[in-house]
Amino acid sequence: MKVIYEKSPMLKDAPLSYCPGCTHGIIHKLVAESIHELGAGGRAIGVSPVGCAVLAYNFFNCDMVQAPHGRAPALATGMARVHPGHVIFTYQGDGDLAAIGTAETIHAACRGENIVVIFVNNAIYGMTGGQMAPTTIAGQTTQTSPYGRDVVSAGHPVRVCEMLATQEGTTYAERVAVHSVPHIRKAKKAIKKAFEYQTQGRGFSIVELLSTCPTNWGLSPVESLAWVEENMIPQYPLGVFKDKYAGEVAR
Amino acid sequence: MQRLLMKGNEAIAEAAIKAGCRHFFGYPITPQNEVCAYMSRRMPQVEGVFLQAESEIAAISMVLGASAAGARAMTSSSSPGISLKTEGLSYIAGSDLPALIVNVQRGGPGLGTIQPAQSDYNQATKAPGHGDLRLLVFAPSTVQEMVDCVFETFDLTEKYRMPGMLLCDGLLGQMMEPVIFPEVEVTPSEKPWALTGHGDKRQPNIITSLNLDPELSQSANLARFERYAEIEKTQARAESLMTEDADIVVVAYGACARIARSAVSAARAEGIKAGMLRPITVWPFPTQQILAAGKSAKALLAVEMSMGQMVHDVRTAVQFKKPVHFFGRTGGVVPTPNEVLEQLKIIDGGLKA
Amino acid sequence: MTNFSAIFAGFGGQGVLFMGKVTAYVGLLLGKEVSWMPSYGPEMRGGTANCSVCISDTPIGSPVVTEPDALVAMNLPSYDKFLHSVKPGGLLIYDDSMFKPAASRDDIRAFALPATALASEEGLGGIANMIMLGRTLKEAGLAGLEIIEQAIEKSVPSSKPGMIEHNLRALKLGMN
Repeated sequence: MKVIYEKSPMLKDAPLSYCPGCTHGIIHKLVAESIHELGAGGRAIGVSPVGCAVLAYNFFNCDMVQAPHGRAPALATGMARVHPGHVIFTYQGDGDLAAIGTAETIHAACRGENIVVIFVNNAIYGMTGGQMAPTTIAGQTTQTSPYGRDVVSAGHPVRVCEMLATQEGTTYAERVAVHSVPHIRKAKKAIKKAFEYQTQGRGFSIVELLSTCPTNWGLSPVESLAWVEENMIPQYPLGVFKDKYAGEVAR
Repeated sequence: MQRLLMKGNEAIAEAAIKAGCRHFFGYPITPQNEVCAYMSRRMPQVEGVFLQAESEIAAISMVLGASAAGARAMTSSSSPGISLKTEGLSYIAGSDLPALIVNVQRGGPGLGTIQPAQSDYNQATKAPGHGDLRLLVFAPSTVQEMVDCVFETFDLTEKYRMPGMLLCDGLLGQMMEPVIFPEVEVTPSEKPWALTGHGDKRQPNIITSLNLDPELSQSANLARFERYAEIEKTQARAESLMTEDADIVVVAYGACARIARSAVSAARAEGIKAGMLRPITVWPFPTQQILAAGKSAKALLAVEMSMGQMVHDVRTAVQFKKPVHFFGRTGGVVPTPNEVLEQLKIIDGGLKA
Repeated sequence: MTNFSAIFAGFGGQGVLFMGKVTAYVGLLLGKEVSWMPSYGPEMRGGTANCSVCISDTPIGSPVVTEPDALVAMNLPSYDKFLHSVKPGGLLIYDDSMFKPAASRDDIRAFALPATALASEEGLGGIANMIMLGRTLKEAGLAGLEIIEQAIEKSVPSSKPGMIEHNLRALKLGMN
């Protein structure tokens, strides 16, 4: 018998706690595979956020710490300064990274901390039951924007990659999506590249992944995938917003 | 060993470096700025890390990260900044991590004043953050003691895997006094729990303060409080000065204890039998020492730079059996020895009447 | 000598903290207990500044001096603020090229010294403080010149070694 697929050894043999149709599982797999393929699992340290991925330390097969809400990049900074040769990454949602943790995110980027930030953007607070997120798109209905996000009173959605791309400290910022197989393949490449840069000591990388939340969007998993394509991508265009070493990698 | 003349704030920083701390994360706030400034000069000389964080919250979170990674890490701030750090403090306690936090107190509430105060006593000893937790709190009263307490706090926080605080104030931070740094060999403690990468040699280490199961959460708290109980039994420290025959025992800590010391000497010179009990740790509170010192006394007097915070612990310590008077100045005003002496005269007069 | 306490006061930039620092070093070199406590806050940036220094054979209580043995006043607001706090029999040194005081006391030893004017004449602009300190330390009789010289060497930042000589010249000017 020939093994044609197996679960990455960077993932523990634990059942995921995510809702059916949620794309966190896919992203976990991509992160785990990337770290494993770089042979970096033994020196990887991850930071789990507050939110749906709070229990990520039960799934990734590496040393992990759980951070206060939004502070993952600050914790990662502390760890990266203690273990400069290690592979340090954060795994954060949109409320964690782009609302309560905006300052930590921007300043870790500006300092060019040698960390990878995995940013899961599903335009809603999942864990707390579907409130408006900083990335909730205009008109989107949530528990705390029951009439649809009114940008006049609630403000406009935050575009993180575009913002971080303007900062000198940022090495690499790319937005990808995980709602179809071709997109998942692209997402894998982006995540792998971020970790490659990290192992080369090249500084701050962020990969933003447009993700789904069928439960709180009130859609079926399949409808959710279409919702990413139709509603999220127009607001959050995919692509590379910054890559300091682009030429080199294209070799 | 050389006697150096140093500011309290700078002495704290040098002591931390001598105690093996190589990771400092801070944010500017008066009156503790010299800690950051000194660290920014010295850390690069010892291949350590000084990082000025984007916020107090980020600074304490970086300490959390560095401590989780196994380093001796610290931050320092002053009252309004400590309020911001309470989030991180709670997480550090809940994650069973060691760390040193310095509070060079100033008057409050709010932005208050930048002048010295002791009005964060309740925060430090009763509610350093959300949840059931304790902080080891040392309250030095000289620059030399600030240095000694830095070494001790680092050791104890690692022994008990909990955060510790140096509770100072603007007066101690800003003043210069002679200081001698102990020549000690620092041996880093074993930290098998630290996040160092499993290196394919062990199971992954996980550091978290999360326990979704209430039973597990309760057991974690109970285990922590067992350690706290041991600390209360073994680590409470105080200095006793002329309390054996004292009619009135002054209880004061930190900068106030300096003022009280002068007042007690002056009172003795005037024939008033005064003594002083000076808590060196304020959590654990030296309850037994105060009970013992108060046994033969007829009255006690708590002196604080606050509206009266420690005084309640003093009343509890003497089991409400002795009158415990209070004299305080607040909002950044430092009491004078004469003011305290006046209080002693009034109390003494009452006792003799 | 058993106990000595002093307040040095003036405008920010007149070097009052430095005067206190040198005095504290004198105490340190004499093997005494010493404290130096600055006023701190907005006055650091141009307003009035002062510092308290205590030298003692026994541990020092409050480092904030309320009844000094000596007051060194470099400007009128400081003179007016602290004049009445000086202990009877205490010492007052003030710069009468900076101000002419209205109030005075006859129960203290008062000395007027045109330090700022003298410093300008002697090409020692900016270190009138050391002229004042020279006179203060001489009148207080704290220590011999050798100790004071060492104290200055310790107080001058290592980045400005050239300042030692200037300070010494100003100090001696004040002493004589």
